[in-house]
Order: sequence, then C-alpha cells, then structure tokens
Amino acid sequence: MIAPLSFYLILSAVLFTVGAVGVLVRKNPLVMFMCVELMLNAANLSFVAFARYLGSVAGQVFVFFVMTIAAAEVVVGLAIIVTIYRSKANVDVDEMSTLKG
Amino acid sequence: MPTLELAIFATIGLVATFAAAMVVLARKAVYSALFLVLNLFCVAVLYLSLSAEFVAAVQILVYAGAIVVLFLFVITLLNPREEESPSRLKGQAPLAIALGLALLVELALALTGTWAPSGIAASAPPPLPAGDNVRAVGQLMFTDYLLPFEITSILLLIALLGATVLAKGRSRGRRAGS
Repeated sequence: MIAPLSFYLILSAVLFTVGAVGVLVRKNPLVMFMCVELMLNAANLSFVAFARYLGSVAGQVFVFFVMTIAAAEVVVGLAIIVTIYRSKANVDVDEMSTLKG
Repeated sequence: MPTLELAIFATIGLVATFAAAMVVLARKAVYSALFLVLNLFCVAVLYLSLSAEFVAAVQILVYAGAIVVLFLFVITLLNPREEESPSRLKGQAPLAIALGLALLVELALALTGTWAPSGIAASAPPPLPAGDNVRAVGQLMFTDYLLPFEITSILLLIALLGATVLAKGRSRGRRAGS
C-alpha cells in the first residue's frame, strides 16, 4: 500500500514553499529561475498524486503539458537573461530596476 | 505499522526536501543546479511510486535531461560571482521565511482539510486500470486533449523563435543594413 494522499500533498506543499522562499530570498536570476522550477515540480507532484487517487489519467496528461510549458518558459527566460548579461556585466535582479535595456 | 512503501516514501521525501533546501541555500549557482537534478530525480521516483511511469520518464528526459542542462550551459556562460551582495531590505530573508511558513501552514490545511472529510486522504487508492500507463495517457491525450496538444506544439515553435530572435542580438542587424 502506498503512502496516503495527504502525505504526498504535504510533501508537495513543503517543496512549493521552499521554492517560493527561494524566489524571495535569492538575487541571482538563474537561481530564482531554478526555484520557480521547484514550485512547478511541486505542483506536478500534487497533480500526479490526485490522478492516482481519483483513478483518472487526466492529471498525468496535465503534468505533461506543464512540463512542456516549463521547457518553453525556461528557453525564453534564459535567452532574456543572456541578453541582459550582454549589456551589464553583473547579473543581479536588484540592480535591474529600470526597464531600459 | 510502516510498510516498505512508506519507508521509501519517507526517505525519498526527505532527500527531495533536503535537495530543495540546498537549491535555495547553495553558494554557487552550479551547486544549486546539481541539487535541482537530485530533487527532480526524487520526484521522478515518487511518480513511479504513484504508478505514473510515463510522467516519470518524461520528467527525467525533459526536466533533468534538457532544462537543467540548459541552466548549466547558461551558468557556465555567464560565470557569475559566488558572493551575492546583501539585499537592499534589511529584514528580507527572515520576513521571507516567516511568510513561507505561513504559506506552508495554509497549503497544508487547505489540501488535507478539504479532502479529509470525504475520506479520500486516508483511504487506499483505487485499483489500477488494466493496460500500461503510456497507453492510457496516449489514449486520453489524443482524444480529449488533442487541442491542447496541438497548441503546445505551436507554443514550442513560438519559444524557439523567441529564443532565436533574442540570441541574435542587434549588432548583426546593423551590419547587414549598412
């Protein structure tokens, strides 16, 4: 017998919170991006847990789409970060306070 | 009486939480990326325990195998300094941790409090349907969810174009025009 649903949900909540605190605390945009991926991952875990416990595969299909969208988001986000790095030497979100590029 | 499954869940859950915490706390960005890989692998094992084999394989292929590799490429390309200067707000880190704890309590109450009365949170999962998981996911994706599937292919094309335009930069355009 696998772990009950509430265990998976609480683990998902913990991972989501760790990712959220990471986005708030860190200043390196790459690490902030990785914490966003942590949050997406935690949401995927709760999707799959519900898919198992409700007997529907639709949760796993949704996880597939979330992963695809996360990949597209990472591609564009990293391209933006590389573009910003071209004009400024140090990548620090606190100093990127103006939209002037 | 804890069974083997519960012990595996506890171990993998602890490793995943530790890896997530180290993603946030690691000094160098490369260490954060490697701890993210560990976290992704732990979550893939949890998917396997939930009998979602297709999603577990896709997680390792796409997330750990492509997205984190992209991160590592950009990290080694940018080569940031390890030390981060202290943030402008003095009490930002403790405030973030306090808000994070509040979020955690809210999420835990919302997720388990809602589902506990109907009994689904503590009951055993329903028996697995016959046939393999990939076939079930494929049958659902290409019938009910065909439109989102096609739209994600367009989305990937848009992301590809956007990244290419962003990576091209402005200098090549000027040189071609003059």
